[in-house]
Amino acid sequence: MFSYIIKRLVVAIPTLLVLMVLSFLLMHAAPGGPFTYEKKLPPEVLANLNAKYGLDQPLWRQMVSYVWGIIAHFDFGPSFVYKDRDVNEIIAQGFPVTLYYGSIAFVVAVVTGVTLGVVAAVRQNSLIDYFAVGLSIGAQVLPNFVMAPVLVLVFALWLGWLPAGGWEGGEISHVILPVIALATSYMASIARITRSSMLEVLTSNHVRTARAKGLPEHKVILRHALKPSLIPVISYLGPAFVAMITGSVVVDSFFSTGGIGKAFVDSALNRDYAVMMGITLLVGVLTIIFNLLVDILYAWIDPKIRY
Amino acid sequence: MALLDIKDLRVQFRTNDGVVNAVNGITLSLERGGALGIVGESGSGKSQLAFAVMGLLAKNGRATGSVSFDGQEILNAPPSVINRVRANKIGMIFQDPMTSLNSYMRVSDQMMEVLLHHKGMSKDQAAKECVRMLDAVKIPDAAGRFRLYPHEFSGGMRQRVMIAMALLCKPDLLIADEPTTALDVTVQAQIMQLLGDLRHDFGMATILITHDLGVVAGFCDEVMVMYGGQVMEKSPVDPVFAAPSHPYTRGLLHALPRVDQEGEELASIPGTPPNMMRAPKGCPFAPRCEFEIDRCTVALDPLTEFAPGRFRACNRPVEELA
Repeated sequence: MFSYIIKRLVVAIPTLLVLMVLSFLLMHAAPGGPFTYEKKLPPEVLANLNAKYGLDQPLWRQMVSYVWGIIAHFDFGPSFVYKDRDVNEIIAQGFPVTLYYGSIAFVVAVVTGVTLGVVAAVRQNSLIDYFAVGLSIGAQVLPNFVMAPVLVLVFALWLGWLPAGGWEGGEISHVILPVIALATSYMASIARITRSSMLEVLTSNHVRTARAKGLPEHKVILRHALKPSLIPVISYLGPAFVAMITGSVVVDSFFSTGGIGKAFVDSALNRDYAVMMGITLLVGVLTIIFNLLVDILYAWIDPKIRY
Repeated sequence: MALLDIKDLRVQFRTNDGVVNAVNGITLSLERGGALGIVGESGSGKSQLAFAVMGLLAKNGRATGSVSFDGQEILNAPPSVINRVRANKIGMIFQDPMTSLNSYMRVSDQMMEVLLHHKGMSKDQAAKECVRMLDAVKIPDAAGRFRLYPHEFSGGMRQRVMIAMALLCKPDLLIADEPTTALDVTVQAQIMQLLGDLRHDFGMATILITHDLGVVAGFCDEVMVMYGGQVMEKSPVDPVFAAPSHPYTRGLLHALPRVDQEGEELASIPGTPPNMMRAPKGCPFAPRCEFEIDRCTVALDPLTEFAPGRFRACNRPVEELA
């Protein structure tokens, strides 16, 4: 097991390098740059700016010095747009926010999604099932840029229970709406996956054996059917968790949480090369880590899997 | 009073293509300690008959008729009733030991939960009893292997675990649904030997479901031959092999390979089993029967006793089957 984890982490290094080179090249291949404004800068000013940020160097040299900066100083470079902030600061400021409400949203989505899916499967073709399926389809087709304004309209403007936006250091009333807006569609996917997987497991031979033992139905479900039916859910959860803790641009923008999701989109629009690279790498590293965790989790759930 | 009394049991499955009539009016009774073999080819309804008794039919299945166990009606009984019978009074072992055990749980936990649930034993007591039972089904080093997972056992050993699990509560009846079909021949012989020994030791009644007439001959007192969800012939074992009274039973016996028939092609019954979607009006075997007469496609004489203890359902008298 230990050597397997080491092996996976070693393989992660070339993966990240490829990710880095590709996104670097794609970014520079796109027309425009960080200093392309509607009102053209005088050529001398532009040349000075490019020299200051090293953009006058050949591409390969920019890439090498970027990689060297990360390896030698863990420095992801300066922001090209915000004069006195560097990438480390921007991530250090935005990531805790999305990590916080993303994690809560994750727990909410998993707990409600799995519960809904199990209940729907156990009571297949009943009213509860139709309700659960309807709810999850509804939640999935409802984009969060519709969801977020509706939530604000109802809970902030009409009912006045919750603030319409802001963060206030993660004060609970400011967290609730972003969590709901983010969790809903993930909850719907989890519920659907759980339901169909549980339906399949419920017809399997070992569940029939469990019933033949005279166990009450809830024990059959929880002890014998739940674990195997969670396998497909878990493979979905790895990437889903990463997507949730790195935030959603809609949620970040709409609720002005100051999270990293908004920073990512802003950086792409502004051609803020360093910020974009930094966040891309962060997502890459997290994706690798959580896929590894998912594989470890498999081995823990299924005794037949040993690395 | 018979231990198990089944009256006019019918099983239907609602499918997208229509209603499948899997079991069409089975009546049988089994005394304490008796051993009944139910024989038939795939799709004859023999397994569904057993599932109906245990209340284990698939969701789209529906059973009607009556199943009384030890004087209590258990067909379509509420969970509170049937769950006290399952494993506790009727043990069941299944065809495929590879998938019938829970591969996510240790054998110890799977076995112990039966005793914890039905007998209210402490964990230590239950563990001791389980190991004793694993010894009884001749699993070598039972205590050492008790805590392993099912995939760490071979197919034959897994079936032994299933048998041990089914016998934990010392049930009055054991239903074995093709217990050896998924195993290779030498292991089959060992498992049947084991079941015979256990039956002798525990004195439980047994229903053995199989398509192997040879297995029935060595194990059962009585045999019931099923075709198309109906009983074709029911009789003590020995006379069936000496003088089968039904054309279908004859066909089955002909299809058995024999040691003294070297080099000849194995006989088979022409045709295929009926589509149970359209329950045949007459005899389900008629289309494949060499003794078919016109009446067979419209009606079938009910099961009648033609010799002491021997029953058959056929439109032609025994004497006419030359």
